Amino acid sequence: MPTAVATRSAESGRPLAPAFDAVDRPDREGILDCVHCGLCLPSCPTYLTTGLEMASPRGRIHLMRAVDEGQAGISADFVKHLDQCLGCLACQTACPSGVPYGYLLEAARTQIERRYERPAGDRRLRRVILSLFPHPERLAWLLVALSWYQRLGLSGVVRNTGLLALLSPRLAQMEALLPEVPSAAARRPLPGVTPAVGQRLGRVGFLTGCVQRFVLPDLNRATARVLAAAGYEVVSPQGQGCCGALHLHSGDLETGRALARRTIQAFERAQVDLVAVNAAGCGAAMKEYGHLLRDDAEWRSRAEAFRARVRDISQILAGVSWRQELKPVPVTVTYHEACHLAHAQRIRKEPRLILQRIPDLQLVELPESDLCCGSAGVYNLLQTEMAGRLLQRKIDRIRETGASVVAIGNVGCLLQIGLGLRQAKLPVRTVHPVELVDWSLHGMPDGEPRA
Amino acid sequence: MNGSGLAPETRTHLIRSCERIVGPEGVISAPDELRVYECDALTFYHRVMPDLVVLPTSTQQVADVVRLCREAGVPFLPRGAGTGLSGGATPDAGGVMIVLTRMNRILDIDVPSRLATVEAGFINLWLTNAVKRHGLFYAPDPASQQACSIGGNVAENAGGPHCLKYGVTTNHVLGATVVLPDGEVRQLGGKIQDRPGYDLLGVFVGSEGTLGICTEVTVRLLPQPEAVKTLLAVFRTIEEASNAVSGIIARGIIPVAMEMLDREIIKAVEANVKAGYPLDAGAVLLIELDGPRAEIEAEAVGVEATCREHGCIELRVARTDEERALLWKGRKEAAGSVGRITHHYYLQDAVVPRSKLPKILREIGEIGGRYGLIIANVFHAGDGNIHPLICFDLTTPGDLDRAIAAGSEIMKRCIEAGGSVSGEHGIGHEKRDYLPLMYSPADLAAMLRVRAVFDPAGLCNPGKIFPADRPEGHGDRNLQSPAMTAVSDR
Repeated sequence: MPTAVATRSAESGRPLAPAFDAVDRPDREGILDCVHCGLCLPSCPTYLTTGLEMASPRGRIHLMRAVDEGQAGISADFVKHLDQCLGCLACQTACPSGVPYGYLLEAARTQIERRYERPAGDRRLRRVILSLFPHPERLAWLLVALSWYQRLGLSGVVRNTGLLALLSPRLAQMEALLPEVPSAAARRPLPGVTPAVGQRLGRVGFLTGCVQRFVLPDLNRATARVLAAAGYEVVSPQGQGCCGALHLHSGDLETGRALARRTIQAFERAQVDLVAVNAAGCGAAMKEYGHLLRDDAEWRSRAEAFRARVRDISQILAGVSWRQELKPVPVTVTYHEACHLAHAQRIRKEPRLILQRIPDLQLVELPESDLCCGSAGVYNLLQTEMAGRLLQRKIDRIRETGASVVAIGNVGCLLQIGLGLRQAKLPVRTVHPVELVDWSLHGMPDGEPRA
Repeated sequence: MNGSGLAPETRTHLIRSCERIVGPEGVISAPDELRVYECDALTFYHRVMPDLVVLPTSTQQVADVVRLCREAGVPFLPRGAGTGLSGGATPDAGGVMIVLTRMNRILDIDVPSRLATVEAGFINLWLTNAVKRHGLFYAPDPASQQACSIGGNVAENAGGPHCLKYGVTTNHVLGATVVLPDGEVRQLGGKIQDRPGYDLLGVFVGSEGTLGICTEVTVRLLPQPEAVKTLLAVFRTIEEASNAVSGIIARGIIPVAMEMLDREIIKAVEANVKAGYPLDAGAVLLIELDGPRAEIEAEAVGVEATCREHGCIELRVARTDEERALLWKGRKEAAGSVGRITHHYYLQDAVVPRSKLPKILREIGEIGGRYGLIIANVFHAGDGNIHPLICFDLTTPGDLDRAIAAGSEIMKRCIEAGGSVSGEHGIGHEKRDYLPLMYSPADLAAMLRVRAVFDPAGLCNPGKIFPADRPEGHGDRNLQSPAMTAVSDR
């Protein structure tokens, strides 16, 4: 029996937005690929946390299908459950039917952002957060301001302005995520070209990213040093900015496409053999540029050519035979799998492999290593409660390992887990796997705990 | 389709009362949220939303909600992960759905006694993962074991590939805490095997949520075998493979599992997990032996000889744990992988005597040809439990009706061959009208009397198991809708 089409919200009686329109519509074939078997359920962090079918991949697809078929509208409940999805794609790893959940989510979110009127506060918050990322300098300014803001305490004048009243809990969350704002000297950009050490194997373009180049500049320096030591000439092309990942995940495909084109162009001009990325989220998005620009006649083939060159740093390093001796790094390390490495890019062995090659480094497996830590792009700024619950779970698992270092291949997770460890007063350091390789090649920094 | 048409004031009363029992975050009542509970893994007909969903966190809360429903005269039903394939966890006509996903703790692991007690919402595979380090495992392994709950396994008396040697859920449950349909909490069975008197636990296991709601389960754990050997035998035809199955059992070998996958399934699986099943095979048999090393080596020789006798063209042995895991991944994800070759399938579950496998599979092929539908087969060949997947497309007019008619015909052939209408998926809503094919009116009346002892008001998961024309088992709920009325969702 066909279900009556809901045209008004049951609670408010307001008319609902009609079903999806034709622009960036979730692919009906993709929706129908879901046979509702439920094997995805326990892989989903929000289902695991809530036990709710609406908070599961199968449930969200069921809701999309209802909207797609006009049985339901884009209601507040629909938006709530799609907002609550981390986009971690653990369900894609679990799915036997090959449902392209990530694409469905991206498209459904685009429909929401274009066609659903969010409450004013929510709308402004999203706009502010997303407007920061394509402009690294704005972000940097804000991050520095935030550190002062925190140090000086909240002034009454500032507090009384409407925007800050809205933003302050999130700003506090953003500020808390920062380990320590790096000095101006540390934040100076990487040199345009870092020459290869010894014979040149190839020319690698390096995505410096919008967040990590300001927040974790040491990581970028370490990445360039390690690539150079491996024999690559490292170029960080002018004109690169944000890769657009956060926009793609937040329902702003148009901005995402514009940023993708800019990124492609910057790296085309630099004439590189490979594009190296040390942030899993960015790498995953860049590997999807072909899909993103598939309907763009001018850019489709350029996007495909670009996509084929993108490598996570661990993929490059796993194949390197080191020209110099690797020195011991006597620490106990556990490895957290960033969702956009393990699930989106299906990269699981390589990061472990590069760690296992470091002498004296003891790698202990992290239980639930591929369960999301709650960072998920800007998720931890928008869905603070769920993000906090997942972070707590992650910190508990890290504690169980007894490791003194947790290696993480993504900037968002580095910040999120770093925050959790500081809050829990757990003496565990967060590093990117490439930093451990850097320690092994170039010596450990002073004052590192050894165990 | 909306709920049962509860009076608005009754619904409001139930919502408020349930919120008092489990807290407001444990009650779902918005239509756009209830929608996701309108079906379990059986999706293509009989979609009905509950009037509200309640997520308790303790046995006491379950009991309080059940008592509330009984007092209000409102039907209720339990649901675990919702991976069932017979519509057992979908309401018949609304009412209160009690979802046990938040009751997912381990209560006790008793290593010396090899027992575990878990809450009903605990996931099957988590149990084996939790006891692995003690050298133990939990034997029943339905294909959905990574997602399905132990409570749901008890309700459906779930099986799985390894049940050929180890038996199904009822052989592994020693005790259960249940909330009876009047809201009383009772302990059935306990921690010891032998109990005099009627086996009430045996009656409860497999009762599909119609005799009460199980909230805690005590199960037996088994020691991991000394050695495991997994073989893949490749055949040109499904008939040869079927004969090999009978031949192996006739030789006196009981493999822990003997699973058959036909050409269509192989195609779907290889598009997904790339388990290494040869695409040009007519069928493959996945055979697993476990036990003392010397014993399984000897059995493997016998298995190989028998397979060769019946035309096996290739026999592979998994050399590493990874190879073994990959062979099994193909099998476990087989049904889900069918999404790669069709958008909709009707997964049947029936049993025939093992010796009748070649005949029934030939008939299934003919039925598929006659209805113009692809029917893929993946099943527990060792115990004759077949799972034809009838592929169809809801967007093609008449396809669904043809699929149901083909399924019905397969079912009748299985009964004629001396088989059963269900091996392990339960009767639920889907097969209730097939039950008279197996049982006489007197048999059904006897079963309904048992049901009435537990649930005289007929409020506990009504509309399941018993045919629509036997409403005395379902209280006085309206049961007019014929079970096999296809509900197209388009």
